[in-house]
Amino acid sequence: MTPTRRKPPRVGDGPIIRRVLIGTTLFFGAILVLAPLIVIAVEAFGQGLKAYAATIAHPDTRHAIFMTVATALIAVPVNTAFGLAAAWAITKFDFWGRRALLVVIEIPFSISPIVAGVAYLFVYGLQGLFGPMLEAADIKILFALPGIVLASMFVTAPFVARELIPLMQAQGRDLEEAATSLGASGWRTFFSVTLPNVKWALLYGVVLCNARVMGEFGAVSVVSGNIRGQTNTLPLHIELLYHDYQAAGAFAAASILATLAVVTIIAKVALERRGAGRRPALAAAAKEQNAGTSS
Amino acid sequence: MKRNVLPGLPLSLGITLFYVGLIVVLPLAALVFKAASLGPAEYWAIVSSPRAVASYRVTVLSALVATAFNLVFGLALAWVLVRYRFPGRRIVDAIVDLPFALPTAVAGIALTTLFASNGWFGSLLAPLGIKVAYTPLGIMVAMCFTSLPFIVRTVQPVLEDLDPALEEAAQSLGGSDSAIFVRVILPLLMPALLAGLSLSFARSLGEFGAIIFIAGNQPMETEITALLAFIRLEEYDYQAAAAIASVLLITAFLMLAATNLLQARALRYTARS
Repeated sequence: MTPTRRKPPRVGDGPIIRRVLIGTTLFFGAILVLAPLIVIAVEAFGQGLKAYAATIAHPDTRHAIFMTVATALIAVPVNTAFGLAAAWAITKFDFWGRRALLVVIEIPFSISPIVAGVAYLFVYGLQGLFGPMLEAADIKILFALPGIVLASMFVTAPFVARELIPLMQAQGRDLEEAATSLGASGWRTFFSVTLPNVKWALLYGVVLCNARVMGEFGAVSVVSGNIRGQTNTLPLHIELLYHDYQAAGAFAAASILATLAVVTIIAKVALERRGAGRRPALAAAAKEQNAGTSS
Repeated sequence: MKRNVLPGLPLSLGITLFYVGLIVVLPLAALVFKAASLGPAEYWAIVSSPRAVASYRVTVLSALVATAFNLVFGLALAWVLVRYRFPGRRIVDAIVDLPFALPTAVAGIALTTLFASNGWFGSLLAPLGIKVAYTPLGIMVAMCFTSLPFIVRTVQPVLEDLDPALEEAAQSLGGSDSAIFVRVILPLLMPALLAGLSLSFARSLGEFGAIIFIAGNQPMETEITALLAFIRLEEYDYQAAAAIASVLLITAFLMLAATNLLQARALRYTARS
């Protein structure tokens, strides 16, 4: 939180520098961040409510919404289960390669979504590792929902784990050890001791994961095949409409995702008030290290 | 070391390794395998072709400019959010995350509409002879947008935890505001700033969705590397796609190593002070 002010005039508290800094940052912030949000609303409703409703009700748009929701309904719970398992293994046990595993889990975060999409093509595509095998068995992964789900899972794999791991690390193992030594089973310990302690951080991770899954564009556009009314998710449908010179339609579809983004941010702020997220990675880790060196 | 009494290691670690193996490691290994199946000469010919090199130049230069802008703007924004109280501060603080929450395709069409020559900002800039959309400038704007939160969010917590006593000591020794900022505050922020910088730069190098709408995508001029990989795929030139994607992958790993190194150094630095 903000440090308490002991002696009023701190560096940069002069009235001129204060006004200039607030004014300039708000100006650029308005241009770069606020204006895009406003222009989406203006363009979406520019042709009137009727045109807006027509776009949303169009079968292709509805199918794109369905694809996006279906992808999230599979990818988010699976990633959540993975995040919980990874956090449990990494924070409750010491094993060889623990740090390496942490690094590998974070990899998708630093890789271009296009690279992710191309990589999946070389696993499940016809020219890939399993492609011919899948073709022979008549299983369709690429250019269909499974491919979209897999690519989304890659992109968001670290989202839940990275919220849980620092928190569970900080909470230690004492409570769980007490519970098991009193005779609670592993699952009981997990559900009545661990889970209640991390619920807000878990939800925080889930919210961010969901936002990214529903909005993912690059990776999905490689593996989906962009078949109109079949394999288009909402972000892909926006691109298609936009390049079809149906800007109003594209913005109408975009307004759904923009609303999702705003709801995500509101949820994020609400969860941060309950102590989730806002994990100042550097500061927290430094504190941990400080505590380690001073004790 | 004391004996661990907790159950569930085989199950949780088993799930984790299986999932990471299937979802993360296998595809990347397949990509590397595919790229490696090209001979060295063939690989080099693809990744050093003029069009590929031009795409690296556009991508890296735009990312450098965008990161430099975000360095100044992100630092100023973090400063304003931590040090000043003004109406709407909390909303500004929340909205900083919008670039993370807004899908890149949505950001792409919104920025293009704003900066096109008939858009709100584009029409103001056009009389000045500045074209943003469909030029490298547009790529920079898109990169600035998508990577803005990194520097703000890495600097902000460190700025919040900054000990006022350090500033007071400098003030009592007669330091001017600007001298204290440059010689006391900035060095303390430096580790966080560098970490944010590398995250921001890495994100700009890999960005795709927001850029392709605003870039114009002219080969040799406004074509980013990620798009070139995508185009090669659409041309069914899978080997070239693999080779170019592998360049992006190697760059991402180098950036990841740099970030980890910077963070480790930052930790040592903060631990010492």
